[in-house]
Amino acid sequence: MAWTRNVLRVNLSAGTCTPEPLNMTWAQDYLGQRGLATKYFVSEVDPKVDPFAPENELIFVTGPLTGTMASTGGRYSVVTKGPLTGAIACSNSGGYFGAELKFAGWDMLIFEGASPKPVYLLLIDGKAELVDAGSLWGKTVWETEEEIKKVHQDPQIRVAAIGRAGEIGVLYAGIVNDLHRAAGRSGVGAVMGSKNLKAVAVRGTRTDSYPLANPKAFLAATEAAKKVLAANGVTGQGLPTYGTQVLMNVINELGALPTRNHRDIQFEGAGDISGEAMHRKRPTDGKANLVTNGACFGCTIACGRISRMDPGHFTVKDKPQYQGASGGVEYEAAWALGAANGVNDLEALTYANFLCNEHGFDPISFGATVGAAMELYDLGILTKDEVGFELPFGSTEAMVKLAELTARGEGFGKEIGMGSRRLCAKYGRPDLSMTVKGQEFPAYDGRGLQGMGLAYATSNRGACHLRGYMVSPEVLGIPVKMDPQATEGKAAMLKAFQDLTAVVDSAGICLFTTFAWGLADIQPQIQAACEGDWSPERLLLVGERIWNMEREFNLAAGLTKKDDCLPPRLMKEEAKTGPQKGAVSKLDVMLPEYYEVRGWTAEGVPTAGTRARLGV
Amino acid sequence: MRIALKLFASLTERLPPEARARHRVELEVEEGATVLDVIRREGIPEAQCFLVLVDGAWVAPQDRATRVLSEDQALAIWPPVAGG
Repeated sequence: MAWTRNVLRVNLSAGTCTPEPLNMTWAQDYLGQRGLATKYFVSEVDPKVDPFAPENELIFVTGPLTGTMASTGGRYSVVTKGPLTGAIACSNSGGYFGAELKFAGWDMLIFEGASPKPVYLLLIDGKAELVDAGSLWGKTVWETEEEIKKVHQDPQIRVAAIGRAGEIGVLYAGIVNDLHRAAGRSGVGAVMGSKNLKAVAVRGTRTDSYPLANPKAFLAATEAAKKVLAANGVTGQGLPTYGTQVLMNVINELGALPTRNHRDIQFEGAGDISGEAMHRKRPTDGKANLVTNGACFGCTIACGRISRMDPGHFTVKDKPQYQGASGGVEYEAAWALGAANGVNDLEALTYANFLCNEHGFDPISFGATVGAAMELYDLGILTKDEVGFELPFGSTEAMVKLAELTARGEGFGKEIGMGSRRLCAKYGRPDLSMTVKGQEFPAYDGRGLQGMGLAYATSNRGACHLRGYMVSPEVLGIPVKMDPQATEGKAAMLKAFQDLTAVVDSAGICLFTTFAWGLADIQPQIQAACEGDWSPERLLLVGERIWNMEREFNLAAGLTKKDDCLPPRLMKEEAKTGPQKGAVSKLDVMLPEYYEVRGWTAEGVPTAGTRARLGV
Repeated sequence: MRIALKLFASLTERLPPEARARHRVELEVEEGATVLDVIRREGIPEAQCFLVLVDGAWVAPQDRATRVLSEDQALAIWPPVAGG
């Protein structure tokens, strides 16, 4: 079965916690996690809702493989309407929290309303209680986790919390669990803050609460799949050793590394902030930034980075709390905090990343917004008087200072906390915001990788690399190699990636498995765990259904074809250097084909035939 | 003729220590040398040549034996890697 079949509905306005059975009809149509929670969400919430209104819901959800022996089976997601985008938001996290939620016997937590005072939800197996969080409000994610464990005298409680950023409404605030894993994107933490919900703390011991449909077949399927991961060069060696950060040099060499707010497409300092640089011994103290790799629950890849900073670095010299080992930079964070604003100081990036984890905000959107602010400053639109200090591209001091200010909601940090779209609009240059649907780009330039540009433009949660990772075919040759500059076949490949990703995100496993696993490896695990027919064809139909359901929500929320776009810079300004020199995005060629492949009208609306076929 | 050889990730260790931070050495190779010639000459395990670029352009495994290098081109090689 794999599902616990238990949903907890928490009405924060009334202060009630009410268990209810999981809708198993929907589970058969949407599998779990991203798909199933979104089905609940779109069925219960007005698409026009103000993301910060009590009527917006916030759903924590696991997948049927979460907490099982499937490799990487520790994922959970948070679904809501995102304040950064006004679109559906679904943010996925690893660590140990998701599995613990399952061990406590819950598939899903639905938060409705808003609490009149700060609270946290305490789950001890089947017992649910809203606890006063007055003393925790204003505290960091790290302090909150420590305090909750101390108060309840249980070091094994798992905590997902917001920091100050979520409390004050930083529009890209995230929810951080296990100190440095995060449902990081789209501002799900800001919605949590608007509900006066500081944290969810969970302790689960009921590992028998979600029996598998066919335990023997499940063990065989998961064992075989783990062997595939171990034997694959990427998941068996590359990711554990260098993490995602190894891409810094790859993407720079390819000429697709957005630099200085996408003014450039290659960064001269990429080698200083790369995965390889994290392994190098520092001249200052003779130690490397990287201490070790780390794994989330059940993961046999272990791509996580654990870093320790140079204690003599100016950012942490007198701050011992940052001198221990903690979550190091992943590729997207290193890019956003570094190349996006021209900073090549790995230690400073690590410090800013620590702040993002500690205070709960998305390093991608933060770093990209700093890049936009630096361009406004470079153009003389922003001045030193307004910012409070000099803000040139490449200023390590300014980037770090803005991270500190954004975390506390002070000074110019308040402006940075609005995100790039609102910042650039406020200063009269909306064209300088490197966003789609209000969400900042991650670390690939849509001019250098045409398919990624299409993926950004069509992502249901705004610019995102994790909805259809076209880097795989365009750079890595997985599953087949595609020319980064070609447009032919990109729409169909992207649709396949988007639909498969929706399945993976709904199963409870990590997307990184797909560097080695195909549907043929994933499907037997789902089939053995879950009752019902989960053929490969049906799974892909589920993925397509989820994608279209998200699209329908966005359309009903007021988004249109006009929002499936890229900033003018990517459409008109040619890449200046490198192998992709002269390239601009050919989105206008790919988008109509994408709509057609999707079974949508020329306006990007699912046709009646598509709706009927998918049952949306 | 001279070309640049750029090695990354675990292949970086094959470079002289002073070249590792920049991931790059200059090589003198014969006119007409192919990508595979250089890979073999430098003793790089072919199974470790996951991603091979010449001046940033991808060279498919089946093309490495016939892809001839030109003066001043950069041959960059990675073992199996990925990100996200």
